[in-house]
Amino acid sequence: MELREQSIKAVRQQIAAKKISAVELCKAAFARIEKLADLNAFISLTREDALAQAQAIDQAAQSGAELPPLAGTILAVKDNMVMRGVKTTAGSKILYNYIPPYTATAVERLQAAGVIIVGKANCDEFAMGSSNENSAYGIVKNPWDTERVPGGSSGGSAVAVAAGMAMAALGSDTGGSIRQPAGFCGIVGLKPTYGRVSRYGLIAFGSSLDQIGPFANSVEDIAQLMNVMAGRDPLDSTSSEKATDDYVAALDGDVQGLRVGVPKECFGEGLDAEVREKIEASIKKFAELGAEIIEVSLPHSEYAVPVYYLIATAEASSNLARFDGVRYGFRAEEAYTLKDMYNRTRDEGFGAEVKRRIMLGTYALSAGYYDAYYGKAQQVRALIEGDFRNAFDRCDVIVTPVTPTPAFKLGEKTANPLEMYLSDIYTITLNLAGVPGLSMPCGLASNGMPIGIQLISRHFDEARLLKAAHNLEQATGLGFKPRAIEGL
Amino acid sequence: MREKYEPVIGLEIHAQLKTESKIFCGCSTRFGDTPNGNTCPVCLGLPGALPVLNREVLRKATRAALALHLHINHESIFSRKNYFYPDLPKGYQISQYDRPFSEHGWVEIPTSERNATGQAIEWRMKRFGITRLHLEEDAGKSLHEGMAESATKSYVDLNRSGTPLAEIVSEPDFRSSWEAYDYVQFLRRTLLYVEVCDGNLEEGNFRCDANVSVRLKGAEKFGTRTELKNLNSFRFLQKAIEYEIDRQIEVLEAGGRITQETRLWNEREAKTVLMRSKEDAHDYRYFPEPDLPPLLISEAFIQAQREVMPELPEARRRRFVAEYGLSFDDAAQLTDSKGLADYFEAVVKASGNAKAAANWMLNELVRELNHSGKSINDSPVTAEALAAMIEMIDNQTISGKMGKDVLIEMYQSGKAAKEVVEALGGAQISDVEQIRAMVEQVVAGNAKQVEAYRGGKTTLFGFFVGQTLKASGGKANPQIVNQVLKEMLDS
Repeated sequence: MELREQSIKAVRQQIAAKKISAVELCKAAFARIEKLADLNAFISLTREDALAQAQAIDQAAQSGAELPPLAGTILAVKDNMVMRGVKTTAGSKILYNYIPPYTATAVERLQAAGVIIVGKANCDEFAMGSSNENSAYGIVKNPWDTERVPGGSSGGSAVAVAAGMAMAALGSDTGGSIRQPAGFCGIVGLKPTYGRVSRYGLIAFGSSLDQIGPFANSVEDIAQLMNVMAGRDPLDSTSSEKATDDYVAALDGDVQGLRVGVPKECFGEGLDAEVREKIEASIKKFAELGAEIIEVSLPHSEYAVPVYYLIATAEASSNLARFDGVRYGFRAEEAYTLKDMYNRTRDEGFGAEVKRRIMLGTYALSAGYYDAYYGKAQQVRALIEGDFRNAFDRCDVIVTPVTPTPAFKLGEKTANPLEMYLSDIYTITLNLAGVPGLSMPCGLASNGMPIGIQLISRHFDEARLLKAAHNLEQATGLGFKPRAIEGL
Repeated sequence: MREKYEPVIGLEIHAQLKTESKIFCGCSTRFGDTPNGNTCPVCLGLPGALPVLNREVLRKATRAALALHLHINHESIFSRKNYFYPDLPKGYQISQYDRPFSEHGWVEIPTSERNATGQAIEWRMKRFGITRLHLEEDAGKSLHEGMAESATKSYVDLNRSGTPLAEIVSEPDFRSSWEAYDYVQFLRRTLLYVEVCDGNLEEGNFRCDANVSVRLKGAEKFGTRTELKNLNSFRFLQKAIEYEIDRQIEVLEAGGRITQETRLWNEREAKTVLMRSKEDAHDYRYFPEPDLPPLLISEAFIQAQREVMPELPEARRRRFVAEYGLSFDDAAQLTDSKGLADYFEAVVKASGNAKAAANWMLNELVRELNHSGKSINDSPVTAEALAAMIEMIDNQTISGKMGKDVLIEMYQSGKAAKEVVEALGGAQISDVEQIRAMVEQVVAGNAKQVEAYRGGKTTLFGFFVGQTLKASGGKANPQIVNQVLKEMLDS
């Protein structure tokens, strides 16, 4: 059974019709996971719970009961979301033995809707990274070319879906951590509007930027997942009270008259020629489908990378203070004073990139520097948000590349953090503005690697965003499957 | 020496707001429960947990702010105060920084210096500025002794973590330790009055730090200040400030300089000791708390709280003097707690005798309460019962002297005055005719003494009084006995 062929809707129907069993599907997933263990997509597996859930679904199907909307969906969960009783590490040594006593709201909602969770997906430590080379549990490989990175930080989640180990996955996106790996792995990934999906139970990196979102094989599956995940959570004060839409129903209809904005700043220096070509072809496709193409401007985008790395790291320096060895997780041996215990625990427990960002963020918030760094960054952030407001006065959806290049080689950028940071140049503006963005495949490069396109909409306008993406997907055609592992 | 200098003191008070549950989660705020029993992912600071503001905290904070004439900001923001400590589970405290809940308040209160025996010298009114009142969460507690492995380990109890606090920062308006003392007493009483804080120092729900400096009299600029901590009682606060003023003057007089530092009050040695110097001071790296939206307070919300505010202690004290003709001291004592003042007014209402109500409460009832460690709210003698007893005195059913015994019996048995009086052998005999009959018998039975009295030995009058009272079984009203005897013997 090839999971990449299965849609969420079809799986539910087939289980209900008893044409396939959830247990069978679940076993197929684990067989695939075992076979592709070398990709290192998972930190831990939840085989027993998964099989128990699958059995329960099959029993429900046998009894003729109405199955919940996501019954049988094989799901991977990024290891920075807590699940009661399941080890949750956030890719860090400092949480190597941490078993949370509660479950993240988004995960809980999906569980209630019948998903089968097969395991916790590998990721960059505390979601800090763009290549999944920063995990304490080893690098993750791209199934399209195992010499290349899958993207990050939700690399394991993207790979699980792209390589057919799961039908869908949860990731988190602080600066592109869903959209970039989705682009690198040739699948669909959505970063919802800030506040659309509850963050309760997501181990925080940059609290004002973090957002949980889904990976899947199709826009329709993304819509199915959003129908369950989205909406107000009283446990997250930053989750919005705004009513959700029926995202699946919203897919119907064409894009006649849709105003598609193309920001000129995103097609300048540094953009790979092949990527530009595929994006332009997609824009043409939109025009053929009856959309109106409009040039727009996001003039402050050039400041996005420094602004992002001040705000995200400042918040991270505070968010990660709780990992101090006092209450849970790793504690350094042989420390005899409190200060010594703190220093050694955090020195040995955190990886290099995390320490770099904690230091950067601590500096940005320090007395005497706050106004020049964090304060100024917040001001520019407001300008970036203003850019989107102005652009959306003239268009409904904005189209950009996801990344300047397709997936790069393992180790290619690890020596130069700044270059690594620049691979997020098209995605981080959205987190700063809070608007939603979707990444989907739009073609292949000459080296065989997938190329992603990013669609952006107004705050809480996911319905229109998904509809545009669905139309493009139908016109471009599906079937971006990793050749490298086809034969496995 | 001391006369050359003027002390400048500012106070920071942390008052625990009286709510059932914590400020950012649903855990109980109860004191003294099993360590770490009242905790959840939020107040344990577990990864992924997020704070949600408890609305009840806002009601309490609004009342506290109104009582202190603070301006409540319609929009304020929470900020993170970052520092590492084992009892601070998130590595930061959610507090408020540059946009606090309320600002620009004041109180005008009676204050007085004290003489060597601690007696107030002269009460006068003085106004003190209050810079701000902001909201924050409390930390947990580190326990260094009394546990199984205390010799080698420290323990952490996070039951207090997330308890709501109001931090009330004063202007540097105090010029003596007694002013500071009177202010913190006043503040505690006010918070108790508006029912936002229990004011219990032992349970740590009312804590105080002081900033102290001295300057030459007439100088404009403030001297370098030190911060005093560990002021666990009002007396410690006053003594520590007093000590610190002397210490600073001594340093300056010796040609030294004051260094900005934090000092702890050591009660055993009756002095302040260095805790940390400015160089070791934390850089708290405050920044807006991204997990909480701005805190919005509407005018309607404030108005709703304003409407349920009780009369404040200072206003009530003034009214007691004006309306009931009480002395400053009596009025101050009776308005010391809302319970006491409410009780007093209930007694006045039922008895119509304010003077007697004040006297019986302050001279007799309060002593009994102190004796049995009870508060006025738990008094076995209700206000109505005390009023009934006062009425019995007023209509001469019992004597004032008898009243004291009656009240004690009422206090101990919880019985009504009438019942107690009957049990003590009935009410006083005030009927003139009945008494005249007794007096007649005494006079008739003591002819020799009557003769001696009428012959000039007037000291025998007491003998007749005694005989009559004895004949009445002690129940005759002595005043009437006197009156009747005079009539009969002197006529």
